[in-house]
Amino acid sequence: MESAFNLGWIDYLVMLVYFSFVVGIGWALKKYMKNAVDFLEAGRSLPAWITGLAFISANLGALEVIGMAASGAKYGMATVHFYWIGAIPAMVFLAIFMMPFYYGSKARSVPEYLKLRFDEKTRGFNAFSFAIMTVLSSGISMYAMALLAQTLLPFRFELGPFSEFDFYLVFAALIVLIYTYLGGLTSAIYNEVLQFFLIVIGFSPLVILGLVRIGGWEGLKEQLEVVSLAHGFEKDAFISTWKYAGSPDADPLGVEWFGVIMGLGFVLSFGYWCTNFLVVQRALAAGSMAAARKTPLIGAIPKMLLPVLVIVPGMIAIALTYMPDSGFTLPTKEGSDLLNYDMAIPVLLKTYFPTGVLGLGVTALLASFMSGMAGNVSAFNTVFTYDIYQSYIRPNKPDRHYFRVGQLTTVFGVLISILAAYVAKMFNNVMDFLQLIFAFINAPLFATFLLGMFWKRATGHGAFYALIGGTLAAAVHHGLTAPAGADSMIKGGWLVGGVDHVLKAYPSEMAQNFWTAIYAFSICLVLTIIISLFTRQLKTEGQLKGLVYSLTPKYREKGLAWYRKPEFLAVIVLAIALVFSILFW
Amino acid sequence: MGLDIKIPIGFMFSLLGLLLTTHGIISASNEALYARSLGININLWTGIFMLVIGIILLAFSRLKIFKKKLEENIRETEKSD
Repeated sequence: MESAFNLGWIDYLVMLVYFSFVVGIGWALKKYMKNAVDFLEAGRSLPAWITGLAFISANLGALEVIGMAASGAKYGMATVHFYWIGAIPAMVFLAIFMMPFYYGSKARSVPEYLKLRFDEKTRGFNAFSFAIMTVLSSGISMYAMALLAQTLLPFRFELGPFSEFDFYLVFAALIVLIYTYLGGLTSAIYNEVLQFFLIVIGFSPLVILGLVRIGGWEGLKEQLEVVSLAHGFEKDAFISTWKYAGSPDADPLGVEWFGVIMGLGFVLSFGYWCTNFLVVQRALAAGSMAAARKTPLIGAIPKMLLPVLVIVPGMIAIALTYMPDSGFTLPTKEGSDLLNYDMAIPVLLKTYFPTGVLGLGVTALLASFMSGMAGNVSAFNTVFTYDIYQSYIRPNKPDRHYFRVGQLTTVFGVLISILAAYVAKMFNNVMDFLQLIFAFINAPLFATFLLGMFWKRATGHGAFYALIGGTLAAAVHHGLTAPAGADSMIKGGWLVGGVDHVLKAYPSEMAQNFWTAIYAFSICLVLTIIISLFTRQLKTEGQLKGLVYSLTPKYREKGLAWYRKPEFLAVIVLAIALVFSILFW
Repeated sequence: MGLDIKIPIGFMFSLLGLLLTTHGIISASNEALYARSLGININLWTGIFMLVIGIILLAFSRLKIFKKKLEENIRETEKSD
């Protein structure tokens, strides 16, 4: 295939070194794995800088890296909304207001917090949907990795029904399996930290070379004016973040400021960063309450800077494509003349990296795929072992038993992921459909946590039925609306017989998603309040101590100088985010 | 957890840094190779940068062990006083 990389032996050597260290870390950690807490909760002993880097790294899977570069090419600078308004406020909120309840309650997982605060059915709903969703994401990630490896690496072979695709898939799964089986959550977290360093070092030269090619930041801005005009926007639309958010037609994202702030910045972002166990688990692995609270704050600092590495390459790629004599163009999608934005990073790597750093770049991509899978597998392990196995299958067994089950769940989780990867390969629509369902389930979740943590009257029935109600609201909203240019019912309109008859046509898919989330959240919030007022609180105030704001003695960090307190760090983080937003307005 | 993460990452970065630096030096005169990276010997620069990061990480992990030993020594001298 002509798009394959021209790799030399040194590139393979770089990959080999990476694979040996990854497995080596797992092997070195094996002797520290003595019980279920070590394996599933990293012994609750890690320093804040490690959990902090793992916190953002767990989210920085390759699908995110490739997707964000694609968005950078498609929408320009406004993509940073996902990194600033769409992450920073939520991370600060988690650290300052929610972590005292998560970490302080000694809950081992997010579903377990729901069980302590509400009841069994709310926990069950969350545990099962989370478990299925994580193995599914892991499978999709595996599928995408194998597909990309197949396009980029030069090997081709056929062996009966198997080809290089199957080899990449099984190989990556095996590596992930080995290191998570040996070192559990600690191994997953350590490799996330390693991956973070690799992404920074592997992508920085790409950004530098890209900027050199295009004439620096000023050159990029100039070239992006051409791109903006060609897309029919004002000339600085691709280098603005908030400037055109007043109207969806003038903004490349196609969403107005209210949708961005409420949909992305509030509902989706808080729902993800504050309640998704994949990221929260990293903070829970910290060695102390202070370290747990600092985890999201320490993660927030590199998070704010990551757009340079993941969004700017996309912007460079589109700018070079529109530059007449650059000799660089994004490829088009098969069978159409639309640009394939997902190829931004791979094609940049191929064009500008000579053998040597090319191996490093490919390794950074592989690392982010694999740590993305490992992150999902380790979160799945904990939820399955504690919230499903220990709760519904076999309670009251000795710790050794759950340790063993945790290990076996790793194998089981990886196997289902492989299965999911093949389902994704054969039935793309099935995966789109399932992801849509999970988006509906996740949309209202933050309302439940918000009321659970800050309103002691919220009841188990209220939480559970309102979650179902919020999920249905999301589905109904999706069924009644559609984004402009939608061509199938998976995009919306299925309640009114097709995308042409919808009650509201949104300017973009993103706008539709943001508004789906806003409706789901609001309905869940209102329903929780109403149902709670009509049902009895079955938990006593004693049981709710440590779980609800008004019944928990205010947590104070003792013996920390004021400048080392999480609150101070939080103010700094918010101030930097604000300054960035104004600078790149 | 007993393993200091700075050690494996430090080693890996030093090793890869060394590899890329050497490759950069050996291939420095290969203009065809570096035409791709706009005439910049990107292997050499990335290699040096990785080597520096690797060494810093290793130095920090040594510092931690050194500090620990120092504290133990102080404690023991205090005890024997």
